[in-house]
Amino acid sequence: MATRTPSTSPTPRAAYVLGGNRIPFARAGGKYAQASNQDMLTAALDGLVARYGLQGESIGEVAAGAVLKHSRDFNLTREAVLGSALAPTTPAYDVQQACATGLETVVSLSNKIRLGQLESAIAGGVDTTSDAPIAVSEKLRRVLLDVSHAKTPQQRLQALARLRPKDLAPATPRTSEPRTHLSMGEHQALTTAQWEITREAQDEVALRSHQRLAAAYDDGFFDDLVTPYRGLTRDANLRADTSLEKLAKLKPTFGLGLDAPATMTAGNSTPLTDGASTVLLGSADWAAAHDLTPLAAVVDAEAGAVDFVHGVDGLLMAPVFAVPRLLARHGLRLEDLEYVEIHEAFASTVLTTLAAWGSEEFGRERLGLDGAFGTVDPARLNVHGSSLAAGHPFAATGGRIVATIAKELHARRASQVAAGDDSPVRALVSVCAAGGLGLTALLEAA
Amino acid sequence: MTDRYLELVNSGLTQKLAQQLGLPRPAVLRRHRPGRPLLDGPALVLGTGPDADLVARLLSSPAGGAPTTGETPAVLDGWDVEVHRHATPDVRYAAVVLVLTGVEHPDDLTAPVLAAASTLKRLRPGGRVVTLSHPALDSDAPAVAAARQGVDGFLRSLAKELRQGATGNGVVVAPGVPVSAPSVVAALRFFLSARSAFVDGQLLEVDSAAGELPTDWEKPLAGKVAVVTGAARGIGAAIADVLARDGASVVAVDVPAAGEQLAQVANRVRGTALQLDVTAPDAGDRIIAHAKARHGRLDVVVHNAGITRDKLLANMSDDRWASVLAVNIAAQLRINEALLTSGDFADEPRIVSLASTSGIAGNRGQTNYAASKGGVIGMVRATAPLLAPFGGTANAVAPGFIETEMTARIPAVTRQVARRLNSLQQGGQPVDVAEAIAFLASPAAGGILGRTLRVCGQNMVGR
Repeated sequence: MATRTPSTSPTPRAAYVLGGNRIPFARAGGKYAQASNQDMLTAALDGLVARYGLQGESIGEVAAGAVLKHSRDFNLTREAVLGSALAPTTPAYDVQQACATGLETVVSLSNKIRLGQLESAIAGGVDTTSDAPIAVSEKLRRVLLDVSHAKTPQQRLQALARLRPKDLAPATPRTSEPRTHLSMGEHQALTTAQWEITREAQDEVALRSHQRLAAAYDDGFFDDLVTPYRGLTRDANLRADTSLEKLAKLKPTFGLGLDAPATMTAGNSTPLTDGASTVLLGSADWAAAHDLTPLAAVVDAEAGAVDFVHGVDGLLMAPVFAVPRLLARHGLRLEDLEYVEIHEAFASTVLTTLAAWGSEEFGRERLGLDGAFGTVDPARLNVHGSSLAAGHPFAATGGRIVATIAKELHARRASQVAAGDDSPVRALVSVCAAGGLGLTALLEAA
Repeated sequence: MTDRYLELVNSGLTQKLAQQLGLPRPAVLRRHRPGRPLLDGPALVLGTGPDADLVARLLSSPAGGAPTTGETPAVLDGWDVEVHRHATPDVRYAAVVLVLTGVEHPDDLTAPVLAAASTLKRLRPGGRVVTLSHPALDSDAPAVAAARQGVDGFLRSLAKELRQGATGNGVVVAPGVPVSAPSVVAALRFFLSARSAFVDGQLLEVDSAAGELPTDWEKPLAGKVAVVTGAARGIGAAIADVLARDGASVVAVDVPAAGEQLAQVANRVRGTALQLDVTAPDAGDRIIAHAKARHGRLDVVVHNAGITRDKLLANMSDDRWASVLAVNIAAQLRINEALLTSGDFADEPRIVSLASTSGIAGNRGQTNYAASKGGVIGMVRATAPLLAPFGGTANAVAPGFIETEMTARIPAVTRQVARRLNSLQQGGQPVDVAEAIAFLASPAAGGILGRTLRVCGQNMVGR
């Protein structure tokens, strides 16, 4: 019998972001109006395969998902894999965690790599509001089911006779919260008012997002992150020439019924968007064997949720609580992070998050800290723009952010090392989601 | 892009009609398919002397080689073709090779030329006539120079007489270079093969004995890493396909805006896509970095990316002139500079650049384009000597009328006329250009230094 080595808890190995690819994001009803989720996810996968020469490669696992999903897409990711240039022996599964879907695929696949279950993986997400499923009314659905269960023509007729004209109206998907019947924008309007966020501050966030995204495109930063699709070469929502004056002219769209002034407009809220993104993940060994350069390690993640139904916290405030727990686990403060990526569901989501972190009172009373959690220098926040400019195809946003910031982390670290500075370079990724959910992750440059 | 006329004159009633009316009847050209034999019939090798004997043995020897016999050196690898040394009446030859390296007086052309003449009426469709000769030099005796230069005029005229997709081309062997040199052998094989379907009336010079014959003629680029710019569509996509078919790992490069088609090409050839504007100042460095990181090396760069902005010079805007020069020539010069100084492009490297018949013969409305393409011809001539110390070369291919999205935009009547203005009476296919590029990119083409090979079906204009 072989000698057994003492059992110790092994340190998981690192899981790396090796690259990414997405299609430009389109405005709903725009260039991708005729594209399905499967079409877009397949295109994003094929662009990734082309960039990294993965044709015929059997990837360990592909995980992706969509928030707005047809019932026929029960195996969306696997079907996209089968339609792609990857080996058909690549396993796949679907994930659905509202707007956190994309980031959750990155987290869960990274964990599998860290545990040694996988050597390689592709995380992703896709959403279309142009090709969203339309359901029949609850009454019609019930009747149709009864008709199909009926045994005699008579029973069938009886079932059909229950129908009334109004039952024939289709039920379109909504982004309103099932428990409050408030739209996400109305929810955020409550939080905006609660934290007294001004219109000007929101418009500034939006302007900065457009300016930074446009600059990144102009610099060729997205040349190896984005593959054009259906005639779109840049995100359709991007307005490189927007200005505070133009943003100030827009009429508020959310919070019109509140006592506080309505500040949220189409300019400082994300529009409905179509798009898909993918992230290539792998172990150091797999990367080396495939001549790929690790860009950043996915170090850790923390999910959170708030009781937005009964409590005082806003619908999109879960990351406010998750991030302090995540950083505490690593002995880090906000100020230790070189980059902070906060998904811009609304400009005010970013601002209310920062306001909560900057509040002494909130830090003490809600986060259990000695004082305020911390501040984020705008120069380190969403450095290449975020969802306000790029758009937000729900499940695709996580992959967009992770691939973008991983590239930035790697470049930053390379220039730092070249200058003789070997200190770690880290990024925080924070994504809020429907249902009071939030998912946050910590990345470190490789 | 389809040529309706070509289809009509090759099928059914309309074929008969065209015949009776004496209309031009372009043939459907034989093109290379892996696994097909080099020739679909016997070859006639004409000429006397050791060079002719060597060529005959090269063609007739079995694959795998033949030993030394008498004066004739060993042939390492033969092509397994049925070879005749004298024209046999009634035989339908697939190829006639005239070995004219020994001619010293124009009278010496008479016997082989007349022997070839006797076979022409029965030459198979898609037949090949290939001459091997030496260039006429200033230092030659007048009679020798006359005989050698005579080959040039003879071949170009004969090519115009051939029908049914047959072509005539010549290999011009520099003094001191043996006929057994890799580039002579490879050029001969290229001209005999279906790979040269749209190359006609051309004399290709072989300048040195450098280069290496492939172990497998179907995979001459095995193990090589090739970059193709402008690879998203048209000729560039065909180049990527052919280089990959010939065994190369392909880096497909195109502007970010063409990324969707580029990804499709990269996935088809199992290569990698690099979205890059070749006019970017760091384009060369990025190409080298990508090829090295992802494929471990860089052997071949095909400068295919090009644009047209046609206008009569009198109406030419600054922008139209400048953008064409920037993409078609300045970018190539800058990338070559990066390649040459990198130290990573020094193992028998190959640069193959896209010129154009417009750059040779000129074309109304294309002063900018022709300046850039003429520039390419000059550039490769001057770049080849810089690469020669590493066993490298730079050469160009000058396409004539090729059926692409670009030429499909030419007005219908003009397009029909343009197609017929060559000896093969049709436009070439992107693959025809790609085949010539793959040949010049191959290790065997190491002795072809700074040349421009036309792929134009022997267009009536220019040389």
